[in-house]
Amino acid sequence: MQKLMLLGDEAIAQAAIDAGLSGMYAYPGTPSTEIMEYVQGSRLAAENDIHRLWSANEKTAIEAAIGMSYAGKRAMVAMKHVGLNVAADGFINVAMTGVNGGLVVVVADDPSMHSSQNEQDSRFYGKFAMVPVFEPSNQQEAYDMIFEAFDLSERYRVPVLYRITTRLAHSRSAVARKEPLKQNEMKLPGDPRQFILLPAIARKKYKGLLRIYDAIANDSVFAGKNIFIDGKKRSLGIITSGIAYNYLMENFAGTGPDFPILKVTRYPINENQLRKITDTCDKILVIEEGYPVIEELLKGYPSTDRVVMGRLDGTLPRDGELNPNIIAKALGLNDLYGSDIPSIVRSRPPSLCKGCGHADVYNALNEVMKEYGPGKVFSDIGCYTLGALPPYNAINSCVEMGASITMAVGAADAGLFPSIAVIGDSTFTHSGMTGLLDAVIKNSPVTVIISDNSTTGMTGGQASHATDRLEPICKGLGVPEEHIVVINPLRKYHEENVEHLRREIAFRGVSVIIARRECIQTASKRKRKESGR
Amino acid sequence: MKNDIILAGVGGQGILSIAAIIGLGAVENDLFIKQAEVHGMSQRGGDVQSHLRLSDREISSDLIPYGSAEVILSVEPMESMRYLPWLSAKGHLVTNSNPFINISDYPDTDLLLAEIRKVPNSVIIDADTIAKDIGTSRVANIVVLGAASHFIDVPYKSLENAIRQLFGKKGEEIVDMNLKALKAGFDAV
Repeated sequence: MQKLMLLGDEAIAQAAIDAGLSGMYAYPGTPSTEIMEYVQGSRLAAENDIHRLWSANEKTAIEAAIGMSYAGKRAMVAMKHVGLNVAADGFINVAMTGVNGGLVVVVADDPSMHSSQNEQDSRFYGKFAMVPVFEPSNQQEAYDMIFEAFDLSERYRVPVLYRITTRLAHSRSAVARKEPLKQNEMKLPGDPRQFILLPAIARKKYKGLLRIYDAIANDSVFAGKNIFIDGKKRSLGIITSGIAYNYLMENFAGTGPDFPILKVTRYPINENQLRKITDTCDKILVIEEGYPVIEELLKGYPSTDRVVMGRLDGTLPRDGELNPNIIAKALGLNDLYGSDIPSIVRSRPPSLCKGCGHADVYNALNEVMKEYGPGKVFSDIGCYTLGALPPYNAINSCVEMGASITMAVGAADAGLFPSIAVIGDSTFTHSGMTGLLDAVIKNSPVTVIISDNSTTGMTGGQASHATDRLEPICKGLGVPEEHIVVINPLRKYHEENVEHLRREIAFRGVSVIIARRECIQTASKRKRKESGR
Repeated sequence: MKNDIILAGVGGQGILSIAAIIGLGAVENDLFIKQAEVHGMSQRGGDVQSHLRLSDREISSDLIPYGSAEVILSVEPMESMRYLPWLSAKGHLVTNSNPFINISDYPDTDLLLAEIRKVPNSVIIDADTIAKDIGTSRVANIVVLGAASHFIDVPYKSLENAIRQLFGKKGEEIVDMNLKALKAGFDAV
């Protein structure tokens, strides 16, 4: 079969399709978005009728995937690292129930926070849930290991966490495909109580999970797939994983290092395998992208009297992405550098597009807020978070999906008035609706501005669950109809939009302003499509 | 043989289609390839870059190490200098001269171009004007690719084939326009 040039994300998607996937579930989030987009664009996925619609959020996505697995079919769910916080309840508890059809949870971490609030390392979640973790380091592995992940999931009847990072997700290389597998037939779980986590049942299931996790750690076939490269010297041994392995090998192009290397591709790590390095080398360097997960494990081994170097002792930086140069320095190798960036080069942060409706919302809001003073606008995750930057300086928070409304409610509880939330349409249906219900129940004096561009803009314009549904949702949650106001954020309506905002912000109860204008990126894409170009 | 190329520009300027053309050309010549892209927040008018690596041997790192890029190919002048830490001592910098100004403190263009000329092996071309002469400023990125093709280890013919392959669906007119742009850029150096 001809090789395909695929992003890491796309390799994972193609592999899942080829491995007999029946359902793909996701909410968009950089750097994981392209996984679902690839499945949606795949002709084979369409022919095989693979489920491939976006979910409202990561929690509903993983729950639907658990349901697909319950019915005996293979399911995959994809999200960015912080999405796993939203899906954590389902993730931790499906480890307890176990799976029926294979279940793979792909999580794309974002070290150095290219498009995220933090750089949390999902491998911790694997340990927390006692779920095996796969960590590929290149596009071909990203493809191949999906097959093994589904097999392991069905063999041990556990969910599998599949961890990648930004540079693999968004880097393209050639990938060879395997023969596609057929989908599983529908088959209900053999034990009708498998998915009932009543305490008495859960206590038994937990003992089972502990046994399985141990069995996987000692499964020599599983462990044998980690890659051990021997070397003559024993002054240093290196343990590495994921994309960091590529940066390490870049420094030895063509020759290879002369000390032993263990590339970890699977967790839990087999102790005997670690000992090949820890028992025979004088010093150990751990190179891993993200948190010092393996390094901390080694430092906790009482029997290791070797020096362990890595992110914890300053040999490597404690935070941020690695690269080939950082590793060259850590190894004391010759390191190149071009020339410094001349001082004439200015920084060019992202900004709202020219003509973006969010900008008109902030212009109107800023005019009203002059009357109340600073510090009263809570916002959320999306393009409109760029309202934090000049020239707008319009918002005071961006914490996690949906927090704008609930933080505004809490600040109002503390006596802040006015207390305003700015949230996007897709973020609102992701995690804003329940917060608005809280506000309605206690009649909080808050104004919620839903800046509705009718798409999931920041991640590239995926369909929004909120489209055509915002007014009935707000009404259904109990917002008084006369305080659900729809405005059109265009410069020519600026004066009347300011008046609407001023009136609703002054109102001492729950009000919702829906500022609706299609994202200009989505609009121009749609127009190009309609005109057939 | 190895050829490390940094593609630079501002979100929305079309550096990924340049990457796709070089990539297809490399595949035609059985080269190994890795290409790291920037997706997400920076695409909203921020600085974006792509690390494109070609080699006749397997490639380890998805990122180009500092001081080792053979080429910086930039569709915007200020952005060309943001990646100087990656340029090797013998490397070439090829850039469009026309600024994309979306920040309030954008430097004076003459000072900027003077700074670029200080870089050894720098090539500045007015890709926008060349593209307009062909028919549309939308092919300015392909003009820059044509200019940089002197320093890229993919045969010119393969780049032409890649353009046919990539734009074929859009019709003969679009293909011709892009082939002309590639040639005009090539001839401008």
